[in-house]
Amino acid sequence: MNAGTLEIPCEIPADAHNPVEPFLRMDRMPHIWCPGCGIGTTVNCFTRALEESKANLDKVAVVSGIGCTGRVAGYANLDSFHTTHGRAIPFATGLKLANPELQVVVYSGDGDLFAIGGNHFIHAARRNMDLKVICVNNLTYAMTGGQTAPTTPGQVISATSPYGVFEPSFNLVQLAEAAGAAYVARWTTYHVKQLARSMGEVLKKKGFCFIEVLSPCPTLYQRRNKMGDGLDAMKFYKQVSKTRNGASTADAALTKAGEILVGKFVDRDRPDYFELLQAQMHSTLGDRYAEPEVSCSEC
Amino acid sequence: MHADPKGVLTGVHFLDGDHACCEGTLAAGARFAAGYPITPSTEVVERFASRIPTVGGIFIQMEDELAASIAIQGAVWGGAKAFTVTSGPGFSLMMEHIGYAAMTETPCVFVNVQRGGPSTGLPTLPAQADMMQARWGSHGDYGIIALCPNSPQECFDLTITGFNLSEEFRVPVMMMLDECVGHMTEKVVIPEADKLAIVPRRFTKLPPSEFRLYQPQSDQVPDMVRAGEGYRFHVTGLTHDERGYPSMNIETQNRMVRRLVDKLQPLAGPRALFEAENLDDAEVVVVSYGITSRVAQRAIQLARTRGIRAGKFRIVSAWPFPDPHIAELASRVKAFVVPELNLGQMVHEVARAAEGKAKVIPVSHAGGSVHNPEVILNAIVEAAR
Repeated sequence: MNAGTLEIPCEIPADAHNPVEPFLRMDRMPHIWCPGCGIGTTVNCFTRALEESKANLDKVAVVSGIGCTGRVAGYANLDSFHTTHGRAIPFATGLKLANPELQVVVYSGDGDLFAIGGNHFIHAARRNMDLKVICVNNLTYAMTGGQTAPTTPGQVISATSPYGVFEPSFNLVQLAEAAGAAYVARWTTYHVKQLARSMGEVLKKKGFCFIEVLSPCPTLYQRRNKMGDGLDAMKFYKQVSKTRNGASTADAALTKAGEILVGKFVDRDRPDYFELLQAQMHSTLGDRYAEPEVSCSEC
Repeated sequence: MHADPKGVLTGVHFLDGDHACCEGTLAAGARFAAGYPITPSTEVVERFASRIPTVGGIFIQMEDELAASIAIQGAVWGGAKAFTVTSGPGFSLMMEHIGYAAMTETPCVFVNVQRGGPSTGLPTLPAQADMMQARWGSHGDYGIIALCPNSPQECFDLTITGFNLSEEFRVPVMMMLDECVGHMTEKVVIPEADKLAIVPRRFTKLPPSEFRLYQPQSDQVPDMVRAGEGYRFHVTGLTHDERGYPSMNIETQNRMVRRLVDKLQPLAGPRALFEAENLDDAEVVVVSYGITSRVAQRAIQLARTRGIRAGKFRIVSAWPFPDPHIAELASRVKAFVVPELNLGQMVHEVARAAEGKAKVIPVSHAGGSVHNPEVILNAIVEAAR
């Protein structure tokens, strides 16, 4: 408990509603996330982005993998899929191609998307599949007890690196850009307005979009490394974050205590998978090409 | 309902089993396939990639079999009929998502053109050594359907049956070809679309407010929905209740897992698919499937010419195993002879179903070619003695 935390007595009127309620499965509350965890903050930002985008929520689907962030799919009041570990992106690929009118959002963690699912991530980015990938990066495998992830910075203690992590870690935004993402941004859960705005932007942008959100894990990552609680993480993010829109992703690698470069790094237009497919088939098959009618109500 | 004529290549063709299987998927209404190249199965999706742009659908070559086997399930929940194709090493990778399809009751088809194993094994040569893997390869308790064609014509016909059964029971269906059946070329007759019966997906008629994603109907199978229609449903590989919500308790687990297995019971008994010949007077019954059934046919003929009353029971639906049919035969025949291109897999099922009432004689083969009919004949002679 942070020494500065105050108990604020308040009474919630019986008819009071949080504005995010329509976006959540309220019959599944309370959620499983720990006090101080940042995943809920990102979901809050996501609901704000959905609200502001005026998207038809019946046409928005969320696909998650496994892990703490993988549980987002279970709480979002949308068509939602909690898939297998690392496979959210290929599941989402099938969903999107079968039903292109869906806005498909992949919402998962750093271990899920970049260790076991790393191959799928780079290939979906290469294809410029029209998916919006939100990666909550808490720098560890939290659901299983705080093991080393491909994002865990050096010198950090984890459940499987009791003497300190020595493997180099991924710079996710550089990886995403190199693989071909049309949009790449990074924020922390301190940057709620910027995050919600970025989420709103990707809901309007075609192609493979990637947002990394650094998020605290007080229960495991911070406790083992004596980094305080959720509030301390917010202070840390505030202190070390530097907003540099358009910065080179090559300069955005993360360390345990160093600067966190945040901002929108990449926003470019590339034809997406479906456009490339159609263009290729039209040019080679001409009138013989039949537009995909994959989803069938009567078949 | 009848097949959509757009996907039906009506006519008399000279096709190999892989290509015939592909025509079966198109006739069955599959408009989405995801695959990863692997011998001896790739011809199925090569043909699909060539055919589908003029029929109206999607083929995507994924980065691996893990991706292919889950991409098809995304497509199914998006409203498509979908399948993937592989062989041994890829089939091993797909186990993860065969379990996911069984758990989430996602109707889809996995074509496995079997080759010699284990590991990389014999990429270009036949085996039937994935039969147990098809049934038990993913962790946990669940049920699947497996069909074993023995000719290109059946690769076409049974692929349609496979899609129909996957829709009816909402399970992954395994098409268990082997390299010989996949690569042999024979006459394949594809009828007119209105002669092909297709089982449509059973979408719910309830409004979203009343719909529960895993509420079983009288056949123990829940009705389906697809994304984008306002149902706001949740699919998870976690143990889930009728709403589809995770529910970590033993009552839910017990109810859910038993239903996943029990719903397939009709296919073990009255609706089992098999081919029977000369069983009325049989003293020895050769139980076989896939390419081996064609070698067994010759052995049975030879046995009959020697005066041995040999009969044929060809398994077509291998899973669920047709227990009652084997049990009935066991009560009146002397022995079963079970040739297969493995060191003994389905023979254990025959022995289990026979309950010791008849001898069960395996005729094993490590794979790489088919049996010599003489070897099976010798086993029949031995059994009849």
